[in-house]
This record gives sequence, C-alpha cells and structure tokens, in this order.
Amino acid sequence: MATTRRDFIRIGGASLGAAAFGSGLFTNWWGLDPDRVHDPATDGDRVVPTFCELCFWKCGVLAHVKNGRVTKIVGNPEHPLSRGRLCPRGTGGTGLLYDPDRLKKPLLRRRGKRGEQTFEEVSWDAALDFTAGKLEEIRRKYGPEAVALFSHGYGGSFFKTLMTAYGSNNIAAPSYAQCRGAREVGFQLTFGSPVGSPENLDLSNSRVITLIGSHLGENMHNTQVQDFALALSRGAQVVVVDPRFSTAAGKARYWLPIKPGTDIALLLAWMHVIVEEGLYDRDYIEKYATGFGELKAHLADKTPEWAFTETTIAPETIVETARLIAGARPASLVHPGRHVAWYGDDTQRTRAIAILNALLGSWGRRGGFFIPVSMNVPKVPTPVPAHKPRPAPDAPKGTVYPFADEVLAHGLCDATIPGTGAYDFKGWIVYGTNLIQALPEPAKTVRAIQNLDLLVAIDVLPAEIVGYADVVLPECTYLERWDDVGPTPWREPFLAIRQPAVPPLYESKPGWWIARELAKRLGHADFFPWDDAGQMVEARLAKAGHDVARIKASGIVRGKPVPVTTEDGLELSFKTPSGKIELSSAQMAAAGLPPLPPYTRPEEPASGQFRLLYGRTPAHTFGRTTNNRFLSQVTSGNEVWVNARVAMEKGLSSGEKVVLVNQDGVRSEPVPLKATQRIRPDCVFVVHGYGHTSPRLQFAKGRGLDDAKLMTRTKVDPAMGGTGMNVNFVTVEKA
Amino acid sequence: MSAAAKRYVMTVDTRLCVGCKACVLACKAENAVPDGFCRDWIVEDVRGEFPRLSAEIRSERCNHCTAAPCVKNCPTGASHVNEGGVVLVTHNKCSGCKACIAACPYDARFVHPAGYVDKCTFCLHRVRKGLQPACVSVCPTGTLVFGDAGDPSSEVRQKLDTRRSKVNHPESGAGPNVYFLT
Repeated sequence: MATTRRDFIRIGGASLGAAAFGSGLFTNWWGLDPDRVHDPATDGDRVVPTFCELCFWKCGVLAHVKNGRVTKIVGNPEHPLSRGRLCPRGTGGTGLLYDPDRLKKPLLRRRGKRGEQTFEEVSWDAALDFTAGKLEEIRRKYGPEAVALFSHGYGGSFFKTLMTAYGSNNIAAPSYAQCRGAREVGFQLTFGSPVGSPENLDLSNSRVITLIGSHLGENMHNTQVQDFALALSRGAQVVVVDPRFSTAAGKARYWLPIKPGTDIALLLAWMHVIVEEGLYDRDYIEKYATGFGELKAHLADKTPEWAFTETTIAPETIVETARLIAGARPASLVHPGRHVAWYGDDTQRTRAIAILNALLGSWGRRGGFFIPVSMNVPKVPTPVPAHKPRPAPDAPKGTVYPFADEVLAHGLCDATIPGTGAYDFKGWIVYGTNLIQALPEPAKTVRAIQNLDLLVAIDVLPAEIVGYADVVLPECTYLERWDDVGPTPWREPFLAIRQPAVPPLYESKPGWWIARELAKRLGHADFFPWDDAGQMVEARLAKAGHDVARIKASGIVRGKPVPVTTEDGLELSFKTPSGKIELSSAQMAAAGLPPLPPYTRPEEPASGQFRLLYGRTPAHTFGRTTNNRFLSQVTSGNEVWVNARVAMEKGLSSGEKVVLVNQDGVRSEPVPLKATQRIRPDCVFVVHGYGHTSPRLQFAKGRGLDDAKLMTRTKVDPAMGGTGMNVNFVTVEKA
Repeated sequence: MSAAAKRYVMTVDTRLCVGCKACVLACKAENAVPDGFCRDWIVEDVRGEFPRLSAEIRSERCNHCTAAPCVKNCPTGASHVNEGGVVLVTHNKCSGCKACIAACPYDARFVHPAGYVDKCTFCLHRVRKGLQPACVSVCPTGTLVFGDAGDPSSEVRQKLDTRRSKVNHPESGAGPNVYFLT
C-alpha cells in the first residue's frame, strides 16, 4: 500500500497507528529516519515458473503473484533460453493478462455479414454446440479436408490433434511461407537439417558474426540477443549487410548498406574471394561436402567488381569483409536469418548462406552452428485416424512446390476462393494468428473468408480476424493455463512446463479445454484421453521418470550436456541423400531448379518510388502485442523511415504526417515521417504490426500504418511456395 | 567493509546496449511506476551522414550524484543520501515543490501522481536483500552492471579500471555515478 503524505494526515490516529506498528514504522513515526527504504512490494507471495508466449521463443519466466494478481514477470535463471533475463515483451506479459480489451465471453454472429462484428454473447455450450454442429455438417457435405486450421503459438497443439481426429491435415502457420520456411528448406537441402527455432547458433563463441538483413537487437529473441552481446563483449567482429543502419549495424566493424534485393550477388562474390584466395576450410569441405568443383565453376565470374555493379558495395570492401569472415573460421557465423520471405528467390539466397557457412566449416563447429539436442517425453497414445486425408490444395492447380514441407497458409487462403485449388474450403479454425495482418494482400483474405460456411476464431484478443468470425472462443492467456509439454531443440536437453500462475479471468478457457470439448462433441473424445491438461502433463513427466513436484517448482528439468560441436567430440553426419553437405544440390536439379544459387536482378522501383521494407521493434511481436498498454509505454506506433536527403528534397521533415501509396494505388494510414541518415535513398522502412482496424482493440486501433495492406504483390518462391514481400514499391506523400 | 564506506555506481556498456527498453519496463514493473512515467530511459545517439554513421545507445537514469544538486536544493530534507551514496526521496517528507526537478542536470525526476517526487532508487530495497536492481537483473545484453566502486574486487570497479568511460554532463559538477563505457 502506498500511503502518501496527504493520506497519512487524513487517515488519523487509531487505524494508522495499528498499521504503522504492524509495518515497523512505529519507531519512526514520520518516516524521518533517512535509512528507511521504501519497498514497492511487488514481490509475489507465490512465484510460479512457466514459459513466455509474448513471442514464440519460449523463454522461462517466473510470475510473481500477490493477492491473486500477477505483479511482475522476471526471467527464470534455471531456464537455458532466458538465463534469468528477459526481453521487454516477456517483461510485459502482465499487459496481455490485464488487457481490458481481452475476449471475455464466447461470441456468436447471428446476423449481419462477416466482419460487421454483430456478435452476441453466448454460453460456452451454445458456442461449442454451434461450432461442432457446423463442423459436422461440413464434414458430411464436403469431407473433413474442407476445414483448415491456421495456428500460431504453443497452445495450437491441441487443435492440431483435433484436426487429426476430425480428418484434415490442412494445418498451416504463416510462420512458414510468410516467414522462415525458405531458410529451413535452404539449410535442409544443404546440410540435411533445418535451422529450426530457436536457431542452433553458437553465437556467443563466434569470432565474426555476419548479419544479412537480420536485425538482432530489434528482433529480440532473448537468448540470441544475449549471445550476440556476449560475443561482442568477448571482442567478436560484426559485419552487417542491411539497407538500413540497424541497431546491430551500430555495433558492426563493417556496415554494408546494400542495394535491396541483391544479397545473392554479395554472397557469391564473398564466396568467389574465399575460394579464389583459398581461404575456405579445405579439410572440412573434402571430408564432408560434395559439389565443390561445380561451386567453384559457378563462382568463377562472380567477382567483387561484378557484384559492385549489383550491390553498390565497393569491390575492396567485399574483398576485405570476405577475408575478415574467412579469417575467423570456423568460429565465423553467417546468420541464416529468420524472416526471409523477401524476394521470391529466398530458398536460393538461404542456400547461398548455407554454402558460405559450409566453406567456413561452421556447421557443427564451436562459434558456428551447434547440432541441437532435445529431451523427449512419452506421448499420450491416441487412435490412428480412420480417414486418410486428401493432400492439401495449397498450391494453384498444376503447380508443385517441390520442397514445401509444411502446408502454405496463403495457399489455403487462396484455395478458399472457389475453383482456385484442387478442392474448396468451407471452414476455417483460426488459432492465435491474425491472418489479416499475417498474410499479404489482406483484401484477398477478406474475399476468401466470404466463401466459408464457418470461421471459428480462438484467441485472447479481438484481432482483426476475430471480427470476421462466426463464432469466437475466448482463450485465456499463457499465464492462466496448462499447455502440452514437448521438446525444444537446443544446445542442451531440457523440458520446460507451462503451468498457470493465476486462474483464467472472465469466462476465458484454456485451449486444451476448448479443443477437448469440440472433440467430445464431434465423437473424438478418444483423442483426448484425459480430463485435465495439467494432469496429463504430470502423468507424462512421471512416466518419463521425472520428479514432477520438482519440475512444477522450478519450471524445468535439464539433462546432461552432450557434445553439440566437433570441438566437444561430436561426429558430424548429414541427412542429405548423399550423406554429405550438398554444395551443388542434386535435389534442386532433379526438381528442375538451379542446383547452385543464381543471382537474379530485382525489379527496380520507378522514378519517385521507394522499395517498402519492414521489420521489428524490440518491445513488440508484430501485431500481437501492439494493444499491450504496458509495452506501448515504450513504443506505441510506427513511423516511416526516409533517407534525410530524400526527405529534404521532397520538402518533408521529421514528425510530419505522410501517407504511403503503393504501386497498385493502395494508400496507408497517415503516420509520422522519420527523416534519417540511417537508410538508403532508394527504400523506406516501417515496423510491421501497426495500423489495426479492429474497433475492439481500443488501444491499438488507429495507431500507425499497416504494411501488410501495402503488400498487394508477392513473388512466390518456386522451391517452397513462400511469398516474397519486399517486392512492393511506394511513393511518399504528405498526409 | 562497513556499509558507510560503500559507493554504489552503475556502468552502462554502450557497446552492448541494443536499446530494447527491457530495463525501462522491468523497472516499471518492479517499482510499480505509474502509467506514463519512467525512472530510466533509452537515448539513441546516431552521428554522421549516410553511409558513414556511428551509434551510441545509452540506458539512462538518476546518476546518484556525489554532490547531488537535488539534495542541496531540497527544502524539506526529503531528498537525501542513503546507503552507498544512493540518493533517495522520503515520500512523506516531500512536499512536491519541484526544486529538485529544477536542480537536476539529468531530468531524472518526476512528480508521482501521489504527490511526491519520484526517481530511480538503484532498487536499494532489492540491493539490501542481496539482489541486483531490476534493470540490471533483466538486461538481456549484460549492458548494466551495478555494484560498489569502493570494492576492488567488484565487477563495476574492474570495468571502470579497464574500460574507457564517461559520464553525462560532467560540467555540472554534480559528480554523477552512472558511467557509460565506450
């Protein structure tokens, strides 16, 4: 309790005396003892270990609970992904828990069109009966595959089980085709393993770190930023390739302000220098790789002088940086990137990054990429589904993306427009992903939605997609629920649990309960052979021989460290068809794609246009957190970064409101301009995730601009179907 | 070493700081700082012209000055020097007159909605329990280090002895105790 001086006087004698006595203040009645230190008293009377869901990194946290309220969230020192420290978002989890705009009761749209938000509050039974009834009807009329699940976040696992039981494999997350899919494919083709999340980077031991459009420090994946800073403190050198002077560029020895879309030219020229000068790891390549001869021939004419004309990076800088990068091998890490859906040749670019890392011998080496391990826990046995689902119709008719190893979210969306895919969709279940902002071309998403018989939204907050739903099932936050337990691949084996710190607020329910109730109504109770997710997790942990009480108290169980690099004694193996690192990819060749990464010159913006680039801000996870009032105290909107000279020539100054107009005439919301030296003159930059339109997001609505709206064009990756989104051009106009 | 001889300082490694503002939010949560106020903040100092640029990011807060102008200018004695040189405000002695706010060279103070002047306390309530200040504890980059500069074995002392450092507004003569490592 904070007692102010004025309150102190007003409260008067008796009660105050008792309070003061109780708190030990009696001896210094007016608090005049200068040694008295005010305690804000935010420590919990209970501290509950769980893991974060403000992004998808899964850091271990400790939730302090006092009088039934979460007062603060700090890092769990036992957890290898947080090591007791957190990013701003994790610190701000209370802003989600206590967001006044949370979905509180199930909602049903009984009248009006989708998106008009004519919802009525209904009971859980009514909402679940309605949903299950519609799902049963769709299954009867069109088959179970006519229902798609879009899911992002740890709690989605229960809905995936529901879908398996129901009979559909059409399960997609925008985190694949709209984000990191191409990278996983590029590395899988080269090393036989994806990079995964959390990325298997031994950054803290790297001597040279090369970032190509990776915004560490703005992109706040906790462990990765911790390791980046550790490397810096140990004297690591940094090379940053970015059209924008990012936070990381401010830490770099070399900042290469590359012309957007020309990264492959730079990568090939770097490799040209490294191969021509014999700076690569000859032993490693001889022992582990195939296709070096083809690579060498491919690189012969990719000189620094050639790359200069494409990238605008001076040839001598290319040579110097190539030597710096190669000089530190194998502890030289060229970061694989995370959000890589840029130009439609993203698999080829990430292949080029993988090949460069192979030349440095950094895969499976200390200071490079460790080989992750995980701790498994037995699964609950579930029946084998009776129905064998038809394959996903996620590519246009006649098109095959040979290396797509996950379902394409935008492909399912497109197939919802009748006649586009192999069959049509009639139902969507959308769990924790705001498809309106997460997919490009939101107008198309809205068009697709109008063809559905059912759209179910399961979410914590009323994001835009929720407004288009027929039925809204309010999930409680990560701080109020159990989730499934599963392995996280990392440099040491561990298992962490998500357990509730406080009971669900309002009428919100955990995802497991919602999925299980739907399964029961659809006749699939046998896929959820337990009554309570907490008991299920405890039973599985006990079955694996773990001390359940100890895990609940610490939030985690850690296994013995095992070798994860050759320096620890690991023997490397590669799950490629050849069993080797495939510098030249026979798989790509067999699929009719170039076996070595070709450079394709990007389309140029017309005169007066700028390439639209987008990224992150440390306090937010794209649109998921922009309604979080606690986090928004440090960042509450986006602005358009424009090169200062360009802004001056256009008569624009910082703070002035501008509108972006894209090549197809789509206009953005007006936002302030940031005239800055920190960006090239040929592009503009905004932070993604703003420009919310949902009236129920009372804080976020109307703040900033929505870059997804301006992405009316994408360039599709022929290898895996990802949607390159850095291919839109805008003009900047006074608002 | 006696408590009186302690000299609490903070070092801020500008080479590591990414300006993520976890320190700002952790402080707000720990100290229940009201909405719209903060006790620490981030300054991004970018210099030069495209493409020759340099950046310095600083996590800033009260400097707990050795010759604190706020303490000198406080008419009620609310602003005072506590253990380890930490400058604190005794809430119920503060009249909210703002003389300290005017005197502070660092704009580190604000009027709490409850009427008293508030600012960074170096989380002395935590330090007394053997914990680190909330900002130090959360910082993912290890930018912030807190400790007793009078203790030769302390990490802060070692940082100050081995790294180049500077303070904000040295000309104020206030003797600030937050050091920026460059």
